[in-house]
Amino acid sequence: MRHIISILLENESGALSRVSGLFSARGYNIESLSVAPTDDPSLSRMTLVTYGSDEIIEQIKKQLNKLIDVVKLLDLTEAPYIERGMLIVKLDCVGAGHREMIKHVADIFGAKIIDVTPSAYTVELTGGASKLDSFLEALSPVPVIEVVRSGSMGIARGDLALKI
Amino acid sequence: MELTGAEIFVRCLKDEGVDIIFGYPGGAVLHIYDALYKQEDVAHVLVRHEQGAVHAAEGYAKSTNRPGVVLVTSGPGATNAVTGIADAYMDSVPLVVFTGQVPRHLIGNDAFQEVDTVGITRPCVKHNFLVSDVSKLAETIKKAFYIASSGRPGPVVVDIPKDVTAEKAEYHYPEKVEIRSYKPKKTGHLGQVRRAVDLIMQAKKPIIYSGGGVILGNGAQSLYDFTKLTGFPITNTLMGLGGYPATDRQFLGMLGMHGTYEANLAMHHSDLVIAIGARFDDRVTGNIEKFCPEAKIIHVDVDPASISKNVHVDVPIVGEVDPVLKALIAEIEQRDEPLAFAGDDGWWRQIEEWRAQDCLKYEQGDELIKPQYVVEKLWEVTGGDAYITSDVGQHQMFAAQYYKFDKPYRWLNSGGLGTMGFGLPAAMGAQLAHPDDAVACITGEGSIQMNIQELGTCRQYGLPIKVINLNNRFLGMVRQWQEFFYAGRYAMSYMDSLPDFVRLAEAYGHVGMRIEKPSDVEPALREAFAMKDKLVFMDFITEQMANVYPMIPAGAGQNEMILV
Repeated sequence: MRHIISILLENESGALSRVSGLFSARGYNIESLSVAPTDDPSLSRMTLVTYGSDEIIEQIKKQLNKLIDVVKLLDLTEAPYIERGMLIVKLDCVGAGHREMIKHVADIFGAKIIDVTPSAYTVELTGGASKLDSFLEALSPVPVIEVVRSGSMGIARGDLALKI
Repeated sequence: MELTGAEIFVRCLKDEGVDIIFGYPGGAVLHIYDALYKQEDVAHVLVRHEQGAVHAAEGYAKSTNRPGVVLVTSGPGATNAVTGIADAYMDSVPLVVFTGQVPRHLIGNDAFQEVDTVGITRPCVKHNFLVSDVSKLAETIKKAFYIASSGRPGPVVVDIPKDVTAEKAEYHYPEKVEIRSYKPKKTGHLGQVRRAVDLIMQAKKPIIYSGGGVILGNGAQSLYDFTKLTGFPITNTLMGLGGYPATDRQFLGMLGMHGTYEANLAMHHSDLVIAIGARFDDRVTGNIEKFCPEAKIIHVDVDPASISKNVHVDVPIVGEVDPVLKALIAEIEQRDEPLAFAGDDGWWRQIEEWRAQDCLKYEQGDELIKPQYVVEKLWEVTGGDAYITSDVGQHQMFAAQYYKFDKPYRWLNSGGLGTMGFGLPAAMGAQLAHPDDAVACITGEGSIQMNIQELGTCRQYGLPIKVINLNNRFLGMVRQWQEFFYAGRYAMSYMDSLPDFVRLAEAYGHVGMRIEKPSDVEPALREAFAMKDKLVFMDFITEQMANVYPMIPAGAGQNEMILV
């Protein structure tokens, strides 16, 4: 099963490689990973999307907790949560009807066109991983020049919070 | 007063109570060596290879339960130390390893003797640090000792750039440190203790399976009390030997791949396994699908990540073994009813039948020396009270099977990583920590050559270690597997051109002996151990084709042993 694990890490050089090294050394899967400092400059927050059996996920969480640089973690998938990622796609708009189609699909998904040239439209969208997938799927008739996606970020719904 | 980084380093060691460190100098640590030269509180042992320094520190740590300390230079100094660091990581040995690093402005420039030590060691340390500022040096060293020796112990590497050792800062060594992300659990959860005791009260065919955690966690006395209170049979892992007296009737010997018949069968047929400071290693469980099919499992471990890693556990208790064992004892004593096990001698009767098989028996003829015989005689001659190190292979298993350890901290071997070359340097660390006690290194002609250069260190520091070389002219364990599983194709398990070990020992200034007849084994051992101030290298020419039995072949269950 897919799990989204949020981690508060010491904001120190090497902390990120301890986490990624753990995953490669023990053969765990990483679907995506995103990390940035928090409002507390001594801490980084990482969102890690992984998948595996319940036993593997349990081991992953224990092994992460064992890293000295991991201050706290929360498996968002255990309670209601919100997931967001960002996608920027550059599309070849020269073909007949492509401009209209891009505009139309962007409106439906709530995406923004952020750059326009005679030959290309660049579109930005935020949402859960599956929404981003669907958006690209809906645009499939239009030739894609390039796609860039952030890793997922997540936060628990309601009062539950990952903080120290 | 301001001190240089090198002076701070030395003061920290002194304030931490470190009396001895093992190391090898080089460019990046010259300031530190200069500071060491100017003081007398911390002794330094000069090894012949950095790997030897780490194993020596392990020998010191394993025989004293205090952290071992290593100092090596950057680049090759650090990479040579990596095998020892990985070894300490696998066996949870508390070590603090200081590595020199090139000056900060050269880091990342492929400077002379530069490697990314923090990067290279990251997967095989409990934690590591690069000290980027001299003002943080003392606190980092304090953290390193705290992390290495608390919770599940392990090696911590502190990488110190050369220019940091030259800069100055105010010296302050903190009494204790708080690390917000690191709070190892000490006592177990009481609810879990009660649930465990519920199972203990009902068990009819219980067994205690204890490991190295009992020794690291200083829990041998409580384990003894717990075992005597319950009357349960007990087996030890390779790392756990000495955690329970081997000569006691309730002890079934070691379990696992080369464990005893009675220990493995008792595990297999048990209805309750009480795992204490052990980690269900593959050499213990055999085929995990066939492991203890009828047993409920209680697992006491300080490391939550060890629990349910390999085997599903019914009652996990996270905590240090000693307080948890004391809590279990208190809870059992509180209960009014007797143990279900107490009124029924069926389980012990069954175990005694297995024990009567006498799976470790062998016959010592007149001609060729059996390796088992040497270990048994060593046990007799040393009164079972020596510090015994071993290398890795058949001799290691013979040592574990035939030297009956009654006390903890006496058996020092490389269990997890299986590092040939561990034995001699580990014996140096043990001998330096226990100068008046007998220390023997049980080894083979393959393993000993992996760190034989340390005979020079032994000479320099007058270490009267007894090297018990079980010389069968084969890499015995490899040969045994080739005999069993590769139709006797002995690929590269035979070493031609062995040195004359007697003359080699003499060349280093030691005493050498060659023992070729069974009748000479005991007299030679007595003669060697009577030489209290000499290292004696005893080259026992043993039977070439001896195998280690019993054996659970890879992939088989604990009840599927090869006996002879």
